[in-house]
Amino acid sequence: MIEVQHLTKRYGRVTAVEDVSFRVERGEIFGFLGPNGAGKTTTMRILTGFIPATEGKAIVAGFDVFDQPIEAKRRTGYLPETPPLYPDMSVVEYLEFVAKIKGVPAAGRRQRIQTVMERTRIDDMANRLCSKLSKGYRQRVGLAQAIVHNPDVLILDEPTAGLDPKQIIETRELIKELAGDHTIILSTHILPEVSQTCQRVVIINKGHVVALDTPDNLTARLRGSETMYLQVDTNGLDALGALEGVAGVTRVAESDRRDGLVGYEIESQHGRDVRRDLARTVVTNGWGLLEMRPMRMSLEDIFLSLTTEETATPVPAPLEGEPVHE
Amino acid sequence: MSNILAIAQKELKSYFSSPIAYIVIGMFALLYGYFYIAILAYFVRQSMQMSEFGGQGAQAMDINQQLIRPLMTNVTILVLFVMPMVTMRTYSEEKRSGTIELLLTSPLTDFQIIMGKFLGALALWVIMLLVSTIHIAILFAYARPALKPLATAYLGLLLLGGCFISVGLFISSLTKNQIVAGMTTFAVFLFLWVITWIGSFSGATVTSPVDYLSIINHFDDFGKGVIDTTHVIYYVSFITFGLFLTAKSVDSERWRG
Repeated sequence: MIEVQHLTKRYGRVTAVEDVSFRVERGEIFGFLGPNGAGKTTTMRILTGFIPATEGKAIVAGFDVFDQPIEAKRRTGYLPETPPLYPDMSVVEYLEFVAKIKGVPAAGRRQRIQTVMERTRIDDMANRLCSKLSKGYRQRVGLAQAIVHNPDVLILDEPTAGLDPKQIIETRELIKELAGDHTIILSTHILPEVSQTCQRVVIINKGHVVALDTPDNLTARLRGSETMYLQVDTNGLDALGALEGVAGVTRVAESDRRDGLVGYEIESQHGRDVRRDLARTVVTNGWGLLEMRPMRMSLEDIFLSLTTEETATPVPAPLEGEPVHE
Repeated sequence: MSNILAIAQKELKSYFSSPIAYIVIGMFALLYGYFYIAILAYFVRQSMQMSEFGGQGAQAMDINQQLIRPLMTNVTILVLFVMPMVTMRTYSEEKRSGTIELLLTSPLTDFQIIMGKFLGALALWVIMLLVSTIHIAILFAYARPALKPLATAYLGLLLLGGCFISVGLFISSLTKNQIVAGMTTFAVFLFLWVITWIGSFSGATVTSPVDYLSIINHFDDFGKGVIDTTHVIYYVSFITFGLFLTAKSVDSERWRG
């Protein structure tokens, strides 16, 4: 549905986006993740035909955005970072204007606007001036504007930015509902948003694609090895050696110690579940097993490790500020 | 075409949903009325003096030449002041508020957007001219001015306004700031107005092109009631050029980002 090939955009000497390529399939929600200034908006603006690319190609709904902009634009709905509302128009007037210029036929235009307003839950504000709307409503009118011509592709630039938590949840739900009929690209710098709404994610930083996968695979891939946290009561004995002896365990490190309770971080081979063996070892040694949980690298950590220049993996902070070793 | 009309309608509506239309039309009507009364008073005094010298003088008084023509010349000065206010927000406001992103990502050509904006502003100008015909209508109640020269003068005003709008659109497309757009537009208009001054103290090589460029010289014949194709062509090509510059400006903005 959307194909981006080797897209590059330069503003004078500044390169905003360099050699970005990806594909989005029909009906997919595709996340665009990156810190501010990474080139998300630039890429979206190229896809919507607002600005041309310096190099490369973008095909939206089967049309090249540069060679056949009108056809591509007809099939694209776009919500920029700030909803493009006309302050002196009422919501209904505004949607009528947008429907007209997006080519919604006069017959059935009113009906379509009504449907869209109900879908985005703005019908109670139909006659309110756009300038008098709250931030949440402005965002929803922006969304209504993007879907009024029932486009194949929806491009949403930070659709939840500046909303309160309840509105964020509502907007995400709405986006998920829309996914069936539309292919959606959404950009964000909020990580949970991506894992909650998107089927695939591209992480870009400084104009480059640094990762492209499903949120789950990204998490797994970057995790590399599995890490478990294990807390045992050994009555002062050292369990390190016994734990290292468990098959599949690659590394054991003591992470905290308090009142005779010792916490360990245990890394194991990827794809190998060592929990049963660990538990058996603890029990056969007569120690108390107090806690065992997987330590997953969150999307947040992945994002940071991918987008910070230092390649060092984030070091887990010692618990409650206690010295790890006496 | 329906796209052009949609934009034009939106533009015109936006003038009327803000105070702009009312202030611009109201002030234009007020000053037009003042000029009208002043010139009318002068005309009446002249004709009284003429009639004291005998019937022949009164006969020679021509309402078209001695009332409408000077009135139209004064009105052109009003255009100079009014038009920057009409055009300054056309592009600047859309750029500032980000609505330009909506227009440029909709299935519209640049030509449709520009023509829509041009026609929207021109429609406001037509409304202003229509309001001013109230004074002329009163004139018809008490005298018998010739209709055709009057219509010609109004055609001239329409074309002159069109020139100003096309330049104003271009300048507005260059900046996000309305005041910058308004002030620059005014300066450019004024320069096009007084460009003949350079000609008056230079040789013929400067004088004739400069006289041709002056936006106001071409209005003279319209004021007299003469439709000369030279002037019509001048105004139409001026408008086309202004719109062309706007198109180039919008397009280059897109490349620069």
